[in-house]
Amino acid sequence: MALKVENLTVYYQTLRGDVHALEHATFQIADGEIMGLAGESGCGKTTLGHSLIVLFPPMKYIAGKVLLDGEELPIWDSERMNAYRFRKVSLIPQYAMNAMNPIRKIGKMIQELLESRGVDYREVLPELKRRLDLVSLSHEVLNMYPIELSGGMKQRMVMVISSLLNPSLLIADEITSALDVATQKAVAEMLVEFRDCQFVNTMIVVTHDISILYQIADSILIMYAGVLAEKAPTQSIIESPRHPYTRMLISSLPEVGVRHADKRLSGIPGNPPLLLNPPTGCRFRDRCPLAYERCLEEPPFLEIEKDHYVACWKEFESHA
Amino acid sequence: MRRYLTRKILIYTLTFFLAVTIDWLIPRFMPGDPIRNMLARVSVASNASAIQMMYDYYARLFGLDLPLWQQYLNFWKALFQGNLGISTYLFPTPVIEVLKRAVPYDAFLLIPSILLAWYAGNNFGAIAARSKRLDNFILPLSYVLTATPYMWLGILLAWFFGIVLGLFPIAGAYSFSLRPTWSWTFVLDLLHHWFLPFASLFIIDFGGWAIGMRNMIIYELEAEYSRYLTALGAPQRLIRRYAFNNAILPQITGLALRLGVIVAGALVTEVVFSYPGIGYLLLAAIQNQDYFLIQGCFLFIILGVLIANFVIDLVYIVVDPRTRRGMVGESA
Repeated sequence: MALKVENLTVYYQTLRGDVHALEHATFQIADGEIMGLAGESGCGKTTLGHSLIVLFPPMKYIAGKVLLDGEELPIWDSERMNAYRFRKVSLIPQYAMNAMNPIRKIGKMIQELLESRGVDYREVLPELKRRLDLVSLSHEVLNMYPIELSGGMKQRMVMVISSLLNPSLLIADEITSALDVATQKAVAEMLVEFRDCQFVNTMIVVTHDISILYQIADSILIMYAGVLAEKAPTQSIIESPRHPYTRMLISSLPEVGVRHADKRLSGIPGNPPLLLNPPTGCRFRDRCPLAYERCLEEPPFLEIEKDHYVACWKEFESHA
Repeated sequence: MRRYLTRKILIYTLTFFLAVTIDWLIPRFMPGDPIRNMLARVSVASNASAIQMMYDYYARLFGLDLPLWQQYLNFWKALFQGNLGISTYLFPTPVIEVLKRAVPYDAFLLIPSILLAWYAGNNFGAIAARSKRLDNFILPLSYVLTATPYMWLGILLAWFFGIVLGLFPIAGAYSFSLRPTWSWTFVLDLLHHWFLPFASLFIIDFGGWAIGMRNMIIYELEAEYSRYLTALGAPQRLIRRYAFNNAILPQITGLALRLGVIVAGALVTEVVFSYPGIGYLLLAAIQNQDYFLIQGCFLFIILGVLIANFVIDLVYIVVDPRTRRGMVGESA
């Protein structure tokens, strides 16, 4: 297993108390796997993605273990974590449009970044140029300032920078959100290409756009209100979801060929609970049509079929 | 680039014309007039008709008997010939001579205090931004300093270091017993007199720059490019350097904006310390209603501020690539 996460818990410290943004996350990713991480806004997917590489205050590590290629990542210790960042774990941030220093030429910035990490820029340069070709950026961009690039170009540039040192794990955080549909598809395909060229071993693609994941992800992890709800191969998640939340989420996606004037697109009634003081038991309980007394206890995240994990009492019952 | 500069120069020229016009107009709104003032000071004759004769003579000599619009045109004509008129207060010295004597003192006082305060304030602010303890101490102090009126601090320093401790002289640019020469004694004496006015300008500006820089650095360290570098494991040194390079840009703009305020501050400081620069001269000129000297002093201040602003515009082109690239677009 390339990545193994055990019982990872991260809170946000606020003046009103801890926000339980991520609790008891346990999952693993195989070598070469692209895992999609989906859920609605505020469900903790970005928290999970970021906690594997950098915890900015007010994020606070509470508990858990992260093993990457058999080695434990010291994610609670930002100083020690520096050695792993960029080389072993890397991030394509949500804010790729503003990720580069506006007053440095891009090539110069990359050089300063690499040299600060003890990597010789001249040695990496041929590979850098090859990857620019791969994402169809001209070599000229190295001599430009970020302001001279379009949004899509900046996005691709940041993708190249983040994956330059061939990290084992690459976290792509909402990278398609700011792009138009045509560019989204191109960017998503580049991610797959990066994996196929073995620039990166595994990838976590954080998004709320399940249709993108359907195109590129090998497996999908669904989160709800700070906890994991279901993880399964993409096909299973789309075609036979098990968790009631996943089912309702998938059924609220529009389908090609269905006229929604005739058939009203159903959403999920209600709102997710506040995570400042989350309810005990299953967090989806209040919105779940199947909820019963057992749901007052927190369901574990168990494998009910091969590679299919789910956290729902009803499902365990039917498999028992 | 060329278009940008032409545009800037056009704006500065327009500003110059407007400012100089106002500068010409304002003394003439004052009650009384310079000739009567001058005659009263010398009081050569007691006979009313003799005074009237002298008044008419001098009014004609200075061109003050002409209609205002004619005076205005004459003023510009003379200005382009490099003639600023003759001072009535220091009659018959030409204004340009009077200014030539005062300007070196201004340059000597203003240039070091502006630049050093800017430099030191920015560096201190940047350090304060990353040290909580220093921040808790420097920030309140800086707020007090920047809100202090120039002349008040000047008086306070003069009282404490000049009178209570007796460390520094409190008036003049050099001792009355000395004559300006290039000797060590004189230079040391000059510096000794220079220190307090310099310190009062420096301290107040320092506070303002330190606050600005501290806030900018904190903002830049939270910026997305800083976060990205952190996520890629870049050392703090590199992140701070980038933050500093970005944070300094608004401080350069701030310098251009504040120059006018600093010059005004220098005027009152010079009055407090009887420092023989333009500020001190200007006060005397206003008290004596010396139109020509007032015009001359303001002309120098206007020129100084405009030229400094223009230099800052040029510096900005060098330090911020975005202005450089922006120049080719519509907004140039």
